Amino acid sequence: MSPDRLVYMANQIGKFFAYQKKDEIVPGIANHIKKFWDPRMRQAMFAYLDAGGEGLDPAVQEAFAVLKRKAEEGAPAESSLQGT
Amino acid sequence: MTLVREIDYGTPQSKAEKTVTLTIDGVEITVPEGTSVMRAAMEMGTQIPKLCATDMLESFGSCRLCLIEIEGRNGTPASCTTPVADGMVVHTQTERLKRLRKGVMELYISEHPLDCLTCSANGDCELQDMAGAVGLREVRYGYDGARHPDPGLDASNPYFAFEPSKCIVCSRCIRACEEVQGTFALTIAGRGFGSVVSPSQEQPFFDSECVSCGACVQACPTATLNEKSVIEIGTPEHSVVTTCAYCGVGCSFKAEMRGPELVRMVPWKDGKANRGHSCIKGRFAFGYATHKDRILKPMIRAKITDPWREVSWDEAIGYAASEFKRIQAKYGIGSIGGITSSRCTNEETFLVQKLVRAGFGNNNVDTCARVCHSPTGYGLKTTFGTSAGTQDFDSVEQADVILIIGANPTDGHPVFASRMKKRLIEGAKLIVVDPRRIDLVRTPHIEADYHLPLKPGTNVAVLTALAHVIVTEGLIDEAFIRERCDFDEFQDWAAFVALPRHSPEEVEKVSGVPAEAIRGAARLYATGGNGAIYYGLGVTEHSQGSTTVMAIANLAMATGNIGRPGVGVNPLRGQNNVQGSCDMGSFPHEMPGYRHVSEDATRAMFEALWGRPLEAEPGLRIPNMIDAALDGSFKGIYIQGEDILQSDPNTQHMAAGLAAMECVVVQDLFLVETANYAHVFLPGSTFLEKNGTFTNAERRIQMVRKVMAPLNGYEDWEITQKLSNALGYDMHYTHPSEIMDEIARLTPTFTGVSFAKIEELGSVQWPCNEKAPDGTPIMHIGGFVRGKGKFVITEYVATDEKSGPRYPLLLTTGRILTQYNVGAQTRRTANVDWHKEDVLEIHPFDAENRGIRDGDWVKLSSRAGETALKAEITERVAPGVVYTTFHHPNTQVNVVTTEFSDWATNCPEYKVTAVQVMPSNGPSEWQEEYEELTRQTRRIAAPLVAAE
Repeated sequence: MSPDRLVYMANQIGKFFAYQKKDEIVPGIANHIKKFWDPRMRQAMFAYLDAGGEGLDPAVQEAFAVLKRKAEEGAPAESSLQGT
Repeated sequence: MTLVREIDYGTPQSKAEKTVTLTIDGVEITVPEGTSVMRAAMEMGTQIPKLCATDMLESFGSCRLCLIEIEGRNGTPASCTTPVADGMVVHTQTERLKRLRKGVMELYISEHPLDCLTCSANGDCELQDMAGAVGLREVRYGYDGARHPDPGLDASNPYFAFEPSKCIVCSRCIRACEEVQGTFALTIAGRGFGSVVSPSQEQPFFDSECVSCGACVQACPTATLNEKSVIEIGTPEHSVVTTCAYCGVGCSFKAEMRGPELVRMVPWKDGKANRGHSCIKGRFAFGYATHKDRILKPMIRAKITDPWREVSWDEAIGYAASEFKRIQAKYGIGSIGGITSSRCTNEETFLVQKLVRAGFGNNNVDTCARVCHSPTGYGLKTTFGTSAGTQDFDSVEQADVILIIGANPTDGHPVFASRMKKRLIEGAKLIVVDPRRIDLVRTPHIEADYHLPLKPGTNVAVLTALAHVIVTEGLIDEAFIRERCDFDEFQDWAAFVALPRHSPEEVEKVSGVPAEAIRGAARLYATGGNGAIYYGLGVTEHSQGSTTVMAIANLAMATGNIGRPGVGVNPLRGQNNVQGSCDMGSFPHEMPGYRHVSEDATRAMFEALWGRPLEAEPGLRIPNMIDAALDGSFKGIYIQGEDILQSDPNTQHMAAGLAAMECVVVQDLFLVETANYAHVFLPGSTFLEKNGTFTNAERRIQMVRKVMAPLNGYEDWEITQKLSNALGYDMHYTHPSEIMDEIARLTPTFTGVSFAKIEELGSVQWPCNEKAPDGTPIMHIGGFVRGKGKFVITEYVATDEKSGPRYPLLLTTGRILTQYNVGAQTRRTANVDWHKEDVLEIHPFDAENRGIRDGDWVKLSSRAGETALKAEITERVAPGVVYTTFHHPNTQVNVVTTEFSDWATNCPEYKVTAVQVMPSNGPSEWQEEYEELTRQTRRIAAPLVAAE
């Protein structure tokens, strides 16, 4: 999947959560991506992150790092902004 | 089967709770106060002769046929205009009344041509019936009345004819246009014998303001206004009640047949969504079902450059299945997917997503809601806990303030718009938030109290400014919030919206909406009584679509406008069954009933019934599928009744994605644009040819009943079942009711739903379960589904699609009354007489700056692509904004729209595209190339003839 497009989409998600409660920002982004992105999109971003993650907003970078770590641990990310 | 005949009670039902008791012809009857004597009589089975009265209209009292006698009162009053009273004693049949009625009928008949045997309404004419009812045997005045000279047949409307010589001037047509439709297109011109029904200023119907809803034709008691199909075919002999397959209003119709031929569609008075009304599409535009373009035989081809080859069903299904298996073996389980159709039934969409999840073994399933109301699902689930509108349509009758944002109901949802107009004419206040001057801003007898003509893309800013006024001026409903919502979150939200940067004065700078208008609208919504919000794709199709939905929910919660009749948050859904397709689990992250695929207990329940392990990770959305196709990881797709090439954004990107796939299976009525890239074509069936259910915008599940055998041989669910069986995942349904039974077993909000229940109640609104056995017309009464209502911070983030020197204008797209979605159906009807092509609306200022005259060809270009179409100069759009529709593939405006999309759902940002408009000589190079591509890819090889 094109990293440019995925980076743009992830940063868009980041911009929404940037205005939520501080302790919700990173979990909110991570949870949204976990719930709505096909695994191949997340995998592409993990690889992109490993390559430096250029262009990703800091909170989004952090969220992908959380997701990657949790994927390796097999645990879900959570947030009160569940959505559908 | 017989013709479904509905009782005409003569006058509308009274909604009074108090009752009165009277005696009619010696029989005592109790009815609600305000009921007419005519209706009371009919309710006990006595039909008083009538001509100008019908229960769709208020009483008028002009024909003087429905006379009665009342003991203790003088004269012979009209029963239609006489309300019942306690103790009243009425006589409907006396010597005096018989004599008077006969005299009245003599006058009518003396002025009416007596060509009954060759009249198109012979056998279906109330004048004829009433002549019989009053025992008319002679006409003392002769038969050469002054109205006999034929003033000319008006056949200008493609669907109905107007024959004034047969008019009895009962004014039912005029009143229907006013009271039911709310268009006021008709009047009586002339006086005395010269009185004649006049469309607009004595114009032909086609040239008048008439919107062809059919209400006048339905109301006409004679053959004066009659369907051309009845004139051509004859009167119908049996009928079946079914549900319209056009917009999300979900009108009930009687499909009236003669043998296997559909004669006409007549709106059904018992339909709870439409209450007996219709629009031009549902009423008349059904000819596509038998159009010559319809493909009725399966076809396959190895490459899209090959001509199509007609094959047997077995060969087509077998080829599709073998290709899908080959692709999955080569590229992996996740390399194929499916798209459900919001034009198909609940049972059919359920089956497609079941095929994908259990048969394909992944969650790569999506639907057209991706490009329309997916943000509604996200936003309302987050704030309220349910992915659907909160009210039934009847609720509008109790609204005091109607706030319409990003919707154009008179074009997109015309039958509901008529109900809304009725309420507005009664006095409800109106706020319109829209960049365009939609019809409701100013239409006969309606004028918006506030029109906020915001710059496209600034919805969130304006809604937050409305909230700013409500919070800072103390207009919130604190008791409601404390009881029903998370108060801590409310306080955070209130502090956020109260920030000075959200004031109307600041927001005016980005939105262009005068601050005073925002303040006035906010005060009106918060303090004007029942406030009801209705919204459409002008809300959702933005990069902040989901945020906008949540901002709307915030407003409703802050003012306590949730959880009772007359209020609520009401998304006007686009396609007939888009609510249903979402309910049925058409999204890649959700099982039926909006449960996430990662929920172990949910998956376990489905796995137990479906006998297959299910994937716990979300699948690809449509735009992700296209990106993945270009990336090489997505190679095959099964598309049921969805034309993504025309409907989805950035056409060239979509075309490249489809071209990159190795097996595209399209199941549709016609060779739609997407089929240009297909390898297998499976002919689909129309709504007239199948059984099942549709769910409309008010969560109402209604029956779709087969009125003719499928011309293609199979209902769509049967085709999906065949494909599934060929893939090795066995399905053995014998009727759609069995599929609904399975849905009910697996979906908590549907546990009480069955075909038997819907037949019993007429329709049912989900949730329908043990807590609500007869369904739920209004949601969130007493508490939100999610528990406490959730206020969400909605910061305005400007779209990245910005106008500038190269692309100085903002394009917004939408629909028009006579056409539907990509036009595949309506373009194959006489509706094209009203809308032959997409045109570009442009403000006179912008047109003059560019040297563009009305009707000129113009080139419309954006960063994504360019197309050409004709210009229409109008002040409906503001300077700097242009508008067009997306109904015609030869324009294909989505060549111009971009891939910017909603942050949460990827719903495309159709409503904001930076464009330039310049004069042009004609179609663009791309359009010419596309026309040639279409010609090439639609070739069908001649069938092989066996050697002799």
